[in-house]
Amino acid sequence: MNAPIVLEASKLARFYSVHRGAFKPAATIKALAEASFTLEAGKTLAVVGESGCGKSTLARLVTMIEEPSEGRLVIGDTDIVTADKAALKRLRSEVQIVFQNPYGSLNPRQKILDALAEPLIINRKEMSAADRKAAVLDMLKRVGLRPEHANRYPHMFSGGQRQRIAIARALMLSPKILVLDEPVSALDVSVQAQVLNLLVELQESLGLSYLFISHGLSVVRHMADEILVMYLGRVVERAPREKLFEQPLHPYTQALLSATPMADPERQRERIRLKGELPSPFNPPRGCAFHPRCPLAFDKCRVDRPELTWHGETEVACWAVERDARVA
Amino acid sequence: MPLLEINDLTVDFKTGSGQFRAVDGVSLSVDRGEILAIVGESGSGKSVAMLAVMGLLPWTATVSAKTLSFDGRDLLTLTPRERRKLVGKDMAMIFQEPMSSLNPCFTVGYQIGESLKVHLGLSKSERRKRSIELLEAVGIPDPERRLSAFPHQLSGGMSQRVMIAIALACRPKLIIADEPTTALDVTIQAQILELLVSLQRETDTGLVLITHDMGVVAETAERVSVHYAGQKIEEQPVGPLFADPHHPYTAALLAALPERATGKRLPSIPGVVPGQFDRPPACLFEPRCRFATDRCRTKVPPRQGAIAGFALCHYPLTHGRPIGHPHPEGREVAA
Repeated sequence: MNAPIVLEASKLARFYSVHRGAFKPAATIKALAEASFTLEAGKTLAVVGESGCGKSTLARLVTMIEEPSEGRLVIGDTDIVTADKAALKRLRSEVQIVFQNPYGSLNPRQKILDALAEPLIINRKEMSAADRKAAVLDMLKRVGLRPEHANRYPHMFSGGQRQRIAIARALMLSPKILVLDEPVSALDVSVQAQVLNLLVELQESLGLSYLFISHGLSVVRHMADEILVMYLGRVVERAPREKLFEQPLHPYTQALLSATPMADPERQRERIRLKGELPSPFNPPRGCAFHPRCPLAFDKCRVDRPELTWHGETEVACWAVERDARVA
Repeated sequence: MPLLEINDLTVDFKTGSGQFRAVDGVSLSVDRGEILAIVGESGSGKSVAMLAVMGLLPWTATVSAKTLSFDGRDLLTLTPRERRKLVGKDMAMIFQEPMSSLNPCFTVGYQIGESLKVHLGLSKSERRKRSIELLEAVGIPDPERRLSAFPHQLSGGMSQRVMIAIALACRPKLIIADEPTTALDVTIQAQILELLVSLQRETDTGLVLITHDMGVVAETAERVSVHYAGQKIEEQPVGPLFADPHHPYTAALLAALPERATGKRLPSIPGVVPGQFDRPPACLFEPRCRFATDRCRTKVPPRQGAIAGFALCHYPLTHGRPIGHPHPEGREVAA
C-alpha cells in the first residue's frame, strides 16, 4: 500500500462482435468484463485462469494493443481513454510485453542486434548508431547473453536464450511495466528456472512492475505478490499470494489449486472434481458463470451474478462465500 | 515375463549433417497393470523410444536393440503385416495433440469404428453399440448424438477423450500415452488423468506415460524412468525418486521446480541439453553437473545397481551427497 501505483484499472471491459454465418445475427462476446485492479511499483500481479478466461485480452488492453470497450485504465497518471496521441506514444514505451512463444515472436531474418535496436530507432530518433549498439550490447549482458550473440539470427539460439532476447527487447525502452504473457510455459523445467531467476533479478535491479499471466500455479506462487483468478472473462477472486494459496475462498480457485499436480508423491489430499467444461462464451450461463460446474451452487447462483466483495484481505465474487460469512 | 521388454534400444536418424543418435542404449520393462512414467526434457528421446516400439518412425530412422518384445513376441522380426495386426489392437497409443491426431474429415463414430472393424471384424450394429459403450466409459455426455459429431465440433478435452476411446476400443494390453494432457487446461488435465488411471486399473492394462511434468508423474506413476539426451539415467519407484534422487540430473531437475524452492532464487541447471554437435565424449550431463570431475570427462559412467536407482553416474547421490567423490560439496557451475 506504500509503493506508488503504476497502473490502475477500474471496471475494464472488452467486447468483440463475432459473425456467425450469413443468416445469423452477429453475437457479442464479453471477453473481459468489469476487471478492476491496481499494480504497484516493483511488484508482481499475477493473472491465472484457464483458456478463454480473458487473461490474454487483459494483456492486450494493458499494452494498448487494443482499446477498452468500457471502463477506465490509468497508467502512471494518464487515463488512456482520454489521452491524446503524444501521451499515448509516450505511454506505449512504458508498457512492454513478452509473449509466450519465443520461436514466433522474433523475426527469423533479423539479427539480434537489429531486433533489439529497432525500438530505439523508432522511439529515440536522436540516438546515434554507435550509442544504439552500445545500448544493445549492454542489454544483452544484462539478460545473460554474450556480445558476440548480437550478430546471430534467432534460429541459432535455444528456447531459453530466445526468451532472454525477447525480454531484452522489451526492456530496450526502459519501461516501468512489463506484461509477461505465459513467459515460461513453452520452456523445459531446467531452462524455466533460469528465466524465472532472470526475471526476479531484473525486477530487483530495475524496479519493474510485472503483470504476470500464467496458467501454471506453481510458477505464480513463486513469482507473484498479488493474484487475480479469472473465469470466463470475470475476476472471481483477488488476494495476496499467501492468502490465496493458504485460504482460497472461491470454489473455482479451490478446484484450480486441487487440480494442479504437485511434485510430491506423499501429498494426500481430496481432489475437488469439476464436472464438465468451460461454457461457451457466446452463451454464458445466467447468474454466476461458474454455477454449472460448482459443487456449492444453490438457487441464488443460478439467477443473480455475484459481485466482488471484501472478506478480510481477499476480494471474492461468490454467493456461497457470502452466505457462509453471514452465518458465521 | 514382463508385457513389454526393451533391452539396449538405440535409434539413429539420418540427417543432412550425419547420423544423430536420438535414443542411446535404453532398457525398460512394463508389466501388466503397471504405470510406468518416462520423464525427460525435450530432446531426451522419450517419445522416439516409444515410437520405435510402435513401429511409427520414418524411414530415416535405424532401430536396433538386443531385445524388443511385446507379450512374448519379438517386435524386431515382425513383418509389416503382422505388426499392423498388433498395433491398435494389443498396443495402442494416445498422442499429445488431440485436435490434430483426429482426422477432420470423418465423424467420431467412424474413427472409433475403424479399428473395431479391422481388428475385431464387428458388424455395423455391433460397432455402433461398442462405440456408444466406449464413449460412455470415457465420460462423454450424450454419446449417441456425439457419434455423428466431427472433431472440430469438440473441445480439446472432449477430443482427448475420443482419442482414449479409440485407444481402448480393442481392449489393448498396453497403452502408451505421449504427453496426453500437455495441451489441456489444469482442471481438464485432472479429469483426463483420473480417467486414464481408473480405466487402466479396471482393465489391468499396462500404461506408459510419457511426460515432462514432474507434478503429473508424482500423482499418477508407480515407477519412473528419467531420461536425458537419449539415455536412461535413473529408474526408481515414484516415492523414493522424489525423496532421494540418485542421479545429479534428477536431483537438479527436482530442485529447479518452483514449488520446491525455498528462496526467491531457484537453483537452476546451467546450460542446455547437448545437441548433435556438442555431445560430450563421456558422461552426457557432465558440462551441466555440479559434481563433474576429470573422470566424468574421460570415462563413460557405469550403470549403478538397484540400490542407487540404476543411475548412470560415476558418483551417484545418496541424500544429496555423491558417493566416492573427491569433493562431495560440489562446485558452482557458471551459467
